[in-house]
Amino acid sequence: MDRRTLLKGLAGAGSLAATGGLSMPALSQGAAARTLRFVPQANLANFDPIWGTQYVVRNAAAMVWDTLYGIDAKLQPQRQMVETEEVSDDGLIWTFRLRPGLKFHDGEPVLSKDVVASLTRWSARDPMGLMIKALQQELTAVDDKTFKWVLKQPYPKLLYALGKNNSPVAFIMPERIAQTDPFKQIADYVGSGPMKFAKSEWVPGAKAVFEKFADYAPRQEKASWLAGGKQMLVDRIEWVVIPDPATAAAALQNGEVDWWESPIPDLAPVLKKNPNISVDIADPLGNVGSFRMNHLHPPFNDVKARRAVLMAMNQEDYMRALVGDDNSLWKPLPGFFTPDTPLYTEEGGEILKGKRDMAAAKKLLAESGYSGQPVTCVVAQDQPITKAMGDVTADLLKQLGMNVDFVATDWGTVGARRAQKTSPGQGGWQMFHTWHAGADCINPAPYTAIRANGDKAWFGWPKSEAVEKEVTAWFDAKNLDEEKAAVKRLSKAAFEDVIYAPTGFFLSYTAWRKTVSGVVKGPLPFFWGVSKTA
Amino acid sequence: MLSYTLRRILATLPVMAIVALFVFGLLYIAPGDPAAVIAGDQASPADVERIRQSLGLDQPFLVQFGTWLWRILHFDLGTSIFTNLPVVSLIAQRIEPTLSLMTVTLVLTLVIAVPLGVVAAWKAGSWVDRTIMAFAVFGFSLPVFVVGYVLAYVFALELEWFPVQGYTPLANGVLPWLRNLVLPSVALGCVYIALIARITRASMLEVLQQDYVRTARAKGLGQRDILFVHALKNAAVPIVTVIGIGIALLIGGAVVTESVFAIPGLGRLTVDAILRRDYPVIQGIVLLFSFLYVLVNLLVDVVYTLVDPRIRY
Repeated sequence: MDRRTLLKGLAGAGSLAATGGLSMPALSQGAAARTLRFVPQANLANFDPIWGTQYVVRNAAAMVWDTLYGIDAKLQPQRQMVETEEVSDDGLIWTFRLRPGLKFHDGEPVLSKDVVASLTRWSARDPMGLMIKALQQELTAVDDKTFKWVLKQPYPKLLYALGKNNSPVAFIMPERIAQTDPFKQIADYVGSGPMKFAKSEWVPGAKAVFEKFADYAPRQEKASWLAGGKQMLVDRIEWVVIPDPATAAAALQNGEVDWWESPIPDLAPVLKKNPNISVDIADPLGNVGSFRMNHLHPPFNDVKARRAVLMAMNQEDYMRALVGDDNSLWKPLPGFFTPDTPLYTEEGGEILKGKRDMAAAKKLLAESGYSGQPVTCVVAQDQPITKAMGDVTADLLKQLGMNVDFVATDWGTVGARRAQKTSPGQGGWQMFHTWHAGADCINPAPYTAIRANGDKAWFGWPKSEAVEKEVTAWFDAKNLDEEKAAVKRLSKAAFEDVIYAPTGFFLSYTAWRKTVSGVVKGPLPFFWGVSKTA
Repeated sequence: MLSYTLRRILATLPVMAIVALFVFGLLYIAPGDPAAVIAGDQASPADVERIRQSLGLDQPFLVQFGTWLWRILHFDLGTSIFTNLPVVSLIAQRIEPTLSLMTVTLVLTLVIAVPLGVVAAWKAGSWVDRTIMAFAVFGFSLPVFVVGYVLAYVFALELEWFPVQGYTPLANGVLPWLRNLVLPSVALGCVYIALIARITRASMLEVLQQDYVRTARAKGLGQRDILFVHALKNAAVPIVTVIGIGIALLIGGAVVTESVFAIPGLGRLTVDAILRRDYPVIQGIVLLFSFLYVLVNLLVDVVYTLVDPRIRY
């Protein structure tokens, strides 16, 4: 080949590429408009929403499995698969009737026996489910469409439990699947939701495909979060897993994907500048940043040491480390509950407000008896949120005069190590960072992190009778005023004992191409009502 | 030769056994707990323990190792803790993209690096040589992910010639398949091209000083024949050696490249499995890679006999 022939060949190849000659087989405009390509926040590595409680599993499951009730945007449970419910005057007997026309993806009708098996599996894993199970006298199918739940004592939050969006959600599965041990994974993904899971196309870590279920009978009401008519306006949803944020941003700009669930704040300005892309807050309920101190071992087994840390910490430092200078993405949180929700309170949160008093904090720390022993701070470096907060905490502890043993590791290791109750020298820990979805912090029911029942509490194992008393008071509350009063007292007690340290409230973005419409803000991506033009 | 090849293949068995023991032991003592990852952030310690028991992770080391070894001997790599799918299926889903990436990179490397090295040696000391070597140093110094981002920005985002991410199976056509692989292969190949070009140059320089090359010139042979027919063949042994070693480099680089270009290959499967402590998947992949590496070394040894008839086993 001579030089001229080579150059001609290269030019030809360039032209071919530029004119799309090398493109992948093009979908017709109609087909392209009916397929939504979505980049989820994480890899869908398993698909059992009861066995695996990761949010990404919950988000996918919400398309495939339906729920008896669904929480709406006003945080109220609304009927979904249920047509009617009755409760006895003493609040002990609940009778539910399923609405007609409900079908599973295999064509079988949804029956009461399916519901009973599904609720039995769910209640073995869910914190609220476990509470109901403890009160349960019987859960039985009365006939094909009616089932009855008989309790030993009233549980006013029953409908909320059945409709809540926190993992694990009370999804309804066919009896044969729901009879699987709740601690073992299901292998059959038949639901009755608006989309079917295309198992044959599933490549864990890369792709998951959902196809419209033609026989789904949506409710007639307007959709609102998990409630109302789940009308699917696309035929196919492809989840494309893109682990690298920069690549995901480029793919969205290039039109290779239509919707990216969780752009990182650093890339938001680039996306906002693109005229073909919309960027907005994903979930108004946001997230609560936190670090937990181990109540079992010195120095944080002394409340004075825990309070000293709270006195010294500045939430703005944490939030700036997370979201940079974008003020629309964070706010201070001198409380434990999600801001702008009915039960939000700052009761007891004065310790986090105002100018930070390092001298007073040091004095209090000294009073706790701290004398320079190492403080093991376990920080997951593969999670940008925990890494950023961990760096701020390490600096804070040093300023307080503490001897920081900073253990930089990954989330898998933190997950294992935080479960160790042994002393830090023997594989335990004194501090780790995490965050909670705001949807989990709207009330005490799904909020395991606020519980203070010692050995049974979440990692750090706080013990406070006052906190536990108010959690019970909230569950027994008969109206919103009683709930608010209980949560105020709970918040005060939680700050007094420093159940954990809230580092602030932060939001995240979601971004989609302007060919997509119907994206709503919510605690998870809702695909019903979302449409796309080619 | 045949008996040598058979002996080498049989010799891989103890190597694989040592690798298996090493990998299992390493994962056993490594920190982390898949049960905690499965259970999620809100799970209670009791839930985590129950999941650990259901996965058999509470069993003693020898029991776990024995169970695993028994499965391996029956050609069963086990089931992924997270996906509940057989490890063999997961590997089968992912092997095509990785092999495609490595093949295209290897071809690209040989097509570019060997001629560059030969030309650099031929023009040793000239501006051509210095320019090629400068590019080689440049290519060697750039991390794969930096090259990947730059290529994606220029050729995918700005020029829109290639897609930013993803993989199209070969079954969908050669051109769509290639279109997805061009940028990742160039990114992954940079270091490799630099390495092979430098080795080729060094090896060729030595050969070009030999008497028979002078004789060939005196006989009036053309420069192309001297370089590519006579000299290159004699310079090939060290080049082939480095190509073999470089396969390991490619495997390592594929992990990063697949993440940057969102290619659903074994590299990404490895990273995901490690982060989640999906032990059966990690063990399966490491065994596969070690087997591939042993195989590549065997191939290299066989190629020696082809390029240098003096080598006999």
